[in-house]
Amino acid sequence: MDADLVARIVSHPQYQELKAKRTSFGWRLSLAGMVAYYGFILLVAFDKPLLAQKVGNGVTTVGMPLGLAVIVFTIIITWVYIRRANSEFDTLTAQIVEEVGQ
Amino acid sequence: MSFDRQTVRHLAMLLAVGVATAVCVGAYAAGADLGQTTKQATNWTAIGMFCAFVAVTLGITKWAAARTRSAADFYTAGGGITGFQNGLAIAGDYMSAASFLGISGLVFANGFDGLIFSIGWLVGWPIITFLMAERLRNLGKFTFADVAGYRFSQTPIRVFAASGSLVVVAFYMIAQMVGAGQLIKLLFGMDYLYAEILVGSTMMVYVLFGGMTATTWVQIIKACMLLGGATFMALAVLIQFGFSPEAMFSKAVEVHARKEAIMGPGALIKDPISAISVGMALMFGTAGLPHILMRFFTVPNAKEARKSVGWATTWIGYFYILTFIIGFGAITNLVPNPANYFVDGEIAKGLIGGGNMAAVHLAGAVGGNWFLGFISAVAFATILAVVAGLTLSGASAVSHDLYASVWRHGRVDQAQELRVSKITTVALGVVAVALGIAFEKENVAYMVMLAFVIAASANFPVLFMSVLWKGCTTKGAVTGGFVGLLAAVTLTIGSVSVWEKVMQNPAGSAWFPYDSAAIFSIPAAFITIWLVSLLDRSARGDQDRAGFPAQQVRSETGIGAAGASGH
Repeated sequence: MDADLVARIVSHPQYQELKAKRTSFGWRLSLAGMVAYYGFILLVAFDKPLLAQKVGNGVTTVGMPLGLAVIVFTIIITWVYIRRANSEFDTLTAQIVEEVGQ
Repeated sequence: MSFDRQTVRHLAMLLAVGVATAVCVGAYAAGADLGQTTKQATNWTAIGMFCAFVAVTLGITKWAAARTRSAADFYTAGGGITGFQNGLAIAGDYMSAASFLGISGLVFANGFDGLIFSIGWLVGWPIITFLMAERLRNLGKFTFADVAGYRFSQTPIRVFAASGSLVVVAFYMIAQMVGAGQLIKLLFGMDYLYAEILVGSTMMVYVLFGGMTATTWVQIIKACMLLGGATFMALAVLIQFGFSPEAMFSKAVEVHARKEAIMGPGALIKDPISAISVGMALMFGTAGLPHILMRFFTVPNAKEARKSVGWATTWIGYFYILTFIIGFGAITNLVPNPANYFVDGEIAKGLIGGGNMAAVHLAGAVGGNWFLGFISAVAFATILAVVAGLTLSGASAVSHDLYASVWRHGRVDQAQELRVSKITTVALGVVAVALGIAFEKENVAYMVMLAFVIAASANFPVLFMSVLWKGCTTKGAVTGGFVGLLAAVTLTIGSVSVWEKVMQNPAGSAWFPYDSAAIFSIPAAFITIWLVSLLDRSARGDQDRAGFPAQQVRSETGIGAAGASGH
């Protein structure tokens, strides 16, 4: 890629928009994933009785649905990112590519 | 050594015959020798089903061989795999026999604690999706060194990347090969040695002739078999309880020796530092495994790369939920019938064949002998497929990074590079078998974890910083990467699982008190990369930093990215 093309893309407002949006969205979701996971791990490390507490009258404990929720949450945030990237980010990318004539 | 079509076909036939003979001779020998305590009765159903799997996958390899011409075909299936297919293949790479049998066995023994591990194995995937997947696809061609070294001085970064890849591949591979040998004794009732030769020669055929196309399809088929089999088992268990988890849990609590303790966190996670450290190794290690990273180059563009991880995350998450149900199903189905499943009919003596056999016994309990044979065959096929993926990534590190870039400085044609890949594949196959045999009696339980710690401490920080931080320089990346690698290995040697259990030092003498090195070795790598890059005043350093905008443009937009070769 020649320096001229790089300079044109870097100064392109939609490139700046794409970069800013994708980076902040990616980091926010990463943070959400890490909070969910390390939150769970910290509970395991520091508050075992809370996770072993029963839900209702049966034997099911708080930890079971919580653990399952971490798995489901992980899958959901992955698709949340992909949905937005496949529509919004890819549209922006396509515009940039078209306008710089590549 | 030339590989024209005719030779390829002849060699493929020869190897296929060899494999078939090895299976039959092995089975015969197993029938003749049932004296060993650890070896089970010869399971013809399982052997038959496994042979069927091998026959189908060799057929696919033949088809793939006809399409494998260029280096791009060999390394990345010409970039022609769809996101959905690649997602299944990634899941196939990741759902090893260890995670299927190991986690269901862990749940069977400890209940809730097994869930903590399943979650750990899964949470790295979103991070890969958000920060790495599409950037990898846009920057890379064949190996992760293409990405990590995009703007750097090629020789040092590729020497590092190849070292990181090969070390990870070696530890992961030893664990798989030893696992294969142990499994074949338990599941097929065959000798350890046959397992090694069987796995080594079959995977060599896949990789050598079918390259990435065959390896991918082997993974896809195996992933479907594993997901299908596990789904059937989980449903069979849930039906017994009218789809009420509460009913399943209460039955498990009633029959399990540890009673209600299985419903909450137990002793598996000893201290907070270990808990977080193991979590970090699992989370960031996934993003540094060379055979997983390589999969992102098999899809045509960034969109498909994203979809790959989406599907991979979905299937892997679903699979871990299944293994959890399977573990509890094993408690409720096996414990009430000790005579059938436990040594001498006594629960205290453990499951016949060991704790990892919970899922296999459950398969027999809910689906009869045929299904037990099927699950056994799937477990073994899983190892075969994972070893094939590892070998391909090891071979590409040697041929693409070391031979083509470092040794020949890029002045090499495709045919030469391809030839080196194939020679390396054969060499790695032989090494894998030799290592499998050498480590037969060793305790290799720590090796997969060590592979993850190294991937998280060496490969991941370098990849992450080179792609996302403009100040990163060659010197910083290479120094930091090697610091991470050394710290990971050194601290792991000092931990209980190696210092005491493998090196036989007296109990209590281990000088590294935690279960995983990651919490120290990952920051060590990041800080070194940052500090050395910051202090780097060399001309090369300036050049590295100046190269960032062009790299970023390509990683964000895909302009100039290596495309699909088009089939």
